[in-house]
Amino acid sequence: MTQKVISGSYAQSYAALLARVQVVSAYPITPQTSIVEKLADFVASGALPAQFIKVESEHSALQVCVSAAGLGARTYTATSSQGLLLMHELVHWASGMRAPIVMGVVNRAVAPPWDIGADHTDTMSQRDTGWIQFYVESNQEVLDTVLQAYRLAEDPEIRLPVMVNEDAFYLSHTVEPVDVPPQDQVDAFLPPRDARAVLVPGVAARLGSFTGPDHYVEFRKEVSNAMRRVPERLRVIEEEFLDIFGRSHGGPLATYRTDDADEVLMTMGTMTTTARTVVDELRAEGRKVGLAKLRLFRPFPAEEIRSLAGGVDRLGVVDRSYCFGAMGPAATEVSAALYASPHRPLVSSFVAGIGGRDVTPGKVRWMFDALAAGEGAETSWADLEETRGLPVHG
Amino acid sequence: MAKLTIPAQELMHPGHSACPGCGPALTMRLLLKGLGSRTIVSVPACCWTVIGTPYPTTALGVGMIDCPIEATGASISGLRAAADAMGFKDLNVVGFAGDGGTADIGLQSLSGMLERRTNAIYVMYDNEAYMNTGVQRSGATPAGAWTTTTPVSGSGHGKTEAKKDMMGIVLAHHPAYAATINPSFPEDFLRKVEKARTIDGPRFFHALTACPPGWKYSSEKTIALGRLATDSGLFPLYEVEAGKYHITRKGGALKPVADYFHQQGRFAHLTDHDIGLIQQQVQNDWERLQVLEKAS
Repeated sequence: MTQKVISGSYAQSYAALLARVQVVSAYPITPQTSIVEKLADFVASGALPAQFIKVESEHSALQVCVSAAGLGARTYTATSSQGLLLMHELVHWASGMRAPIVMGVVNRAVAPPWDIGADHTDTMSQRDTGWIQFYVESNQEVLDTVLQAYRLAEDPEIRLPVMVNEDAFYLSHTVEPVDVPPQDQVDAFLPPRDARAVLVPGVAARLGSFTGPDHYVEFRKEVSNAMRRVPERLRVIEEEFLDIFGRSHGGPLATYRTDDADEVLMTMGTMTTTARTVVDELRAEGRKVGLAKLRLFRPFPAEEIRSLAGGVDRLGVVDRSYCFGAMGPAATEVSAALYASPHRPLVSSFVAGIGGRDVTPGKVRWMFDALAAGEGAETSWADLEETRGLPVHG
Repeated sequence: MAKLTIPAQELMHPGHSACPGCGPALTMRLLLKGLGSRTIVSVPACCWTVIGTPYPTTALGVGMIDCPIEATGASISGLRAAADAMGFKDLNVVGFAGDGGTADIGLQSLSGMLERRTNAIYVMYDNEAYMNTGVQRSGATPAGAWTTTTPVSGSGHGKTEAKKDMMGIVLAHHPAYAATINPSFPEDFLRKVEKARTIDGPRFFHALTACPPGWKYSSEKTIALGRLATDSGLFPLYEVEAGKYHITRKGGALKPVADYFHQQGRFAHLTDHDIGLIQQQVQNDWERLQVLEKAS
C-alpha cells in the first residue's frame, strides 16, 4: 500500500490507471481538467497503455466511450456541469446500449450565471437516464468507488454505466492522504472485462438497432431490472472490497449515530463530514441526533431509507441542488419512499451549499434546530439569512 | 469476354427495407463488396437506420452499431480506439451517414475525426435532403430544389441557398484520401473503395445517392439519372490522395444540366433562366476542378 497526498481529481485518475482502462476520451472543463491531464501523463509515460482520444466536445467524448465499449473495451471519461448537460443525449445512449462506462463527474453549478462551485444540479438532471450514481465524501472514497464502479458496471447481471460524483473544489482540488493500493490487489478485485453483447469483428450483428412497441418495452424493462439488482450486487462487491483492501464506505446509505436518534439529517457528498462533527457536538449537548449519508442515489435505496425511518421521528433531507417548483430531488425521493413505510417520520427539505456556498457547522446546527421545530412543509434554502432568521456564525 | 471486376461477395442481404431504386442501398452494397466482411459500420439516425431492418434482424453481413445523428465521427473514433487497444487487426471501421447528419448537425464530429487523424472511412451518402424524415432541406440540398421546407408556392421558389461544398470542407482537413463516388459507375466506385481500404488515416467519400420519392422521379431511372449527374458535370468523379487531385471520369463534352433537371419533379418549377445560371456555375466549377488537377 502506498499512501499519496492527492486531490480528488487525481484519485479519479489513479483509479482509472489501476482499473487498466483501455480507452479514455474527454474534453476539458473546469474543474474536471486535472483528472484528464493526469491520465494524459499516465498514457504518455507508458504507465497506462490506453488509447486517449482527445475530442472536440463532451458529446463526442461519451460517444467515443459508447462505441469503444461496443467493441468490448473498458472505457473512462470525466466531465462536469455544462459538459454533462451537453452529453445528455449520449448519457441515455450509454445505458440503452448497456455500455459499462465509468464516468467521473466533478459536481459544479449550472449556468447562468456562471459559477464553478460545488452543486449537484448537474448530475441530478441526469438521474433518470439509467446510470448508477454515487456521491462521495472523501478522496479515498473517490478512488475506492471508481474501482467498485467498474465491478458493478461490468457485472453480467448489471451491465450499466456508473457516475462517480465528487464535489467541485472541496474534493477535486483539495489534497488528502489516500491509500493507493498495489496493482496486484486491484487486479485480484477487478479482472479484465468479461465482454458480452458486444460486436465481434467478422460477425454480423447490430448493436443499438431500432424497434417498434413490440420490443421497446422489453428493452427498457431489462434496464429497470438491472437497476433493481444493483443493491444486492453492490453488497457482495463491497464485501469483497473490504476483504481485499480493508475499507468500507457503508453501502448505499451510510448511517452515523442513528440507532436511538429522534432526529436524523441526510446529506450527500462533502457536507457529510461537517455534519458528522455537528452531530458529535449536539450529542455532547444531550440531543438524540444522527446522520445518514446518501451515497447511492441511483438506484434509489428506498429499502434502506424505510429501515432507517423505523425509529426516527424527524428526518431532514439536505439537497445540494434544487427543483424549481418542487422539493429538492433527494427530499422528493425520500418522501416517496417513506409513503409506503408503516412508520413515517416528518420530512423536512433543505437546500444548502448550491453554487459552492460553504455549508458551515453553524448552518448544519440551524438545520437540526429547524428540523426539531419545523412542520416539514416548505423547502428551506438554508444558505440564506432570511431563511435562518438570524445571523449564523461558524 | 469482359472480366467481371465487381466482387461477387454480397454483404448486404435481400429483405432490407429500402425504397425501390434507392441510391443509398446500392451504395452500401457496393461499399461492402469493396471492403469485405472484416468491417464494422457505424450508422447514425438516417435512412439506413430503417433500411438495416428492425430488431432482431439485420440486413448487413457485417457488424453495425447505431449512434445519434450528429455523432458518427466520434463513433468511428471510438471503434478505432477500441480496435487498437484490443489488438484487432485488419478491421475496416466505417461511418455511413446521410447528408444532414454530415453537412449539418454532424459537421463538428466529422471535423474532429478528420483532425485527430482517425484511421477510418467516413461515407456521406448524399440524397440532398433529410429524406428519412420526409424531404426537408439540408445544407447539401442544391439551390432551386423543392423540399417540404423550401416549398414552391406563394413566395417560395425552392431552396435559395447553394449546396454546401463538403469535399472542400473535408479537404481543408488534409485527409489521407477523399473521393466522390456514384453507384451509377460501379467500377470507378469499387476501384476507389479498394484503394481507400489500403490507406491508413482518415478517408472520406462523398457519394451522390439518388432518391426517387425525394427527388420525384420514377424509380427505374436511378442509374441513368446518376450517370447524367456526373456526365453533366454536376457531380464530377474525382479523388484527392495526399493532396493530389485526379479526375477519374472525363467523358468529353459535358451534357446539358437541363437534361438532368427536367427528369426530376423537385426541379419542375425552374425556368430556362434559372437553369442557364446553374449551367454557367457548373461550367465554372468543372473548369476549376480541371485547374486543380493540373496544378497538383
